[in-house]
Amino acid sequence: MEDNGRKKMAIIASQGTLDWAYPPFVLASTAAAMNMEVWMFFTFYGLSLLKKKIEAKVAPATNPAMPMKMPFGPKGFQAINWPIPNIIAGNLPGFETVATSLMKKTFEKNGIATIEELRDACLEADVTMVGCTMTMGIFGLEKDDLIEETVFGGAAMFLEYAVGADIQLFI
Amino acid sequence: MSENQIDQELDCRGLKCPLPILRTKKAIDRMVTGQVLKMVATDPGAINDMKAWTSRTGNALVDSSQGDGEFIFYVRKK
Repeated sequence: MEDNGRKKMAIIASQGTLDWAYPPFVLASTAAAMNMEVWMFFTFYGLSLLKKKIEAKVAPATNPAMPMKMPFGPKGFQAINWPIPNIIAGNLPGFETVATSLMKKTFEKNGIATIEELRDACLEADVTMVGCTMTMGIFGLEKDDLIEETVFGGAAMFLEYAVGADIQLFI
Repeated sequence: MSENQIDQELDCRGLKCPLPILRTKKAIDRMVTGQVLKMVATDPGAINDMKAWTSRTGNALVDSSQGDGEFIFYVRKK
């Protein structure tokens, strides 16, 4: 791999929920804005973040400590952390959709970027996005399902980059 | 920093990390060497983020101030 003198970051994005989609895209877009060269390797559930249309949802059942906030009403009401018992979060039909919509509204009201916005910022800054071909096999995804910027590869391709990177993160 | 030394202004009020940095980077990219960008943010994280971003990218943070919940940064493009 040729060295262009820039600092390098390598990220493995392995989770596909809305909340877990933020860390890799926030860090990758910021690193690119700081002149770093960035590779993101999307594997397992993370691969869904390369779909043309991102359908990431919050998964309350796997986040037992997740507080929920209401995006409307008086300030004091909005500040309340609503503890949601797992029995409800995990079993009530449609709860995931409600939680996702509440989180998206709360984020929007607070000036937080959407995942789409962050992914676009990464693409504009030439962040390399590698889709794990092994995962595509598992989930039955075709090249056409993913954004056209996707580079296809596997573990060896990622490691060959990561071995020379200054920052390596698994998310 | 006096207002007539500013070449461009960027309003990042209400935006949270990392948007002020991403927008600042975009604005600086469109400017020429030596020009000064004034950026206004309300996210308190922007203070240390702007220090880190300018030090990493080599653009100069020539001045900054704060008041009324707003943080103002003046960046000279490298």
